Amino acid sequence: MAGAAVLGRLGWRTASIAEVRPETPRVKTIALEVPGWPGHRAGQHVDIRLTAEDGYQAERSYSIAAPEDGERVELTVEEVDDGEVSPYLTAEARAGDELEIRGPVGGYFVWDSDYPGPILLVGGGSGVVPLMAMIRQRGAIPTTLVYSARTLGDVIYRDELERLAGGGLDIVLTLTRTQPQGWAGHSRRVDAELLAAVAPPPDQRPLAFVCGPTPFVEAVALALVDLGHDPGLVKTERFGPTGT
Amino acid sequence: MSDLVLDGNAAAGILHAVYGAEMTLAVGTCDSCAIAGPVGAVRLYRSAGLVLRCPHCDAVLMKIVSVGERVWIDSRGLRTLELSSEPAG
Repeated sequence: MAGAAVLGRLGWRTASIAEVRPETPRVKTIALEVPGWPGHRAGQHVDIRLTAEDGYQAERSYSIAAPEDGERVELTVEEVDDGEVSPYLTAEARAGDELEIRGPVGGYFVWDSDYPGPILLVGGGSGVVPLMAMIRQRGAIPTTLVYSARTLGDVIYRDELERLAGGGLDIVLTLTRTQPQGWAGHSRRVDAELLAAVAPPPDQRPLAFVCGPTPFVEAVALALVDLGHDPGLVKTERFGPTGT
Repeated sequence: MSDLVLDGNAAAGILHAVYGAEMTLAVGTCDSCAIAGPVGAVRLYRSAGLVLRCPHCDAVLMKIVSVGERVWIDSRGLRTLELSSEPAG
């Protein structure tokens, strides 16, 4: 796709925060304006660097939450208790603030719009973020999202997902810690039994993207391979523990 | 700061900055167990620096430490690193 090639060394750019939107009590979407942004593909991420007044710097990698949109780059960030960057982004960041951004990076966990489909997206907690960028630009490709969250209140993008469901997008939500009264959905962890019931079968050769905390990703990837899915069609991205 | 188990995707930015190319699709061969795979899929531990480990035998593949704009990379654990000489498209 246009703009994905970045020749030569990749440097830091200054971005300004255009908008901060709460998603859940612990998660916010930060929309950045990045002058000269070269564009990106769904699934890619960026590094964000903060510099304190004494010169101390901290940087972290975040998935991009939305498809390419000019110089606008949206990140959805979950507060990590002992994090160095996420507490600023989720609690202090305001429209007009500036920070440094490097990217886009990543070619391994990216949406391949040439794949004939179907697509299987499996997210745990804020692992849904790069998957949302894929959903938002999937077009007509048949897609199944299996999304595991602790509670209904922890479901990121809930309203938008409800709106987008149907028309070739199946959304399977499982709430692993508490479920609202009368919950008719799933409450089990994403395991082989759940995937066998809701995911496209191996003979349809779905391209799978699995993102979440490391134990979640490893359990899901193993379950998919056990069910007969081609390991070469299972793409994974892991991040640290979030208790999902 | 607690160590976090991530994967090679979390090193994409620093590796791209240093090598001038997208590196998560580069295929690294572990010097210890000789199994090859994409850099994006290796295990990554973050503490004072980044430590990339083989997902098959847990041997250290690379260590990356950056201070300001200087970066030190120890890649003794990688037997080879295979990547395209064509610009990414």
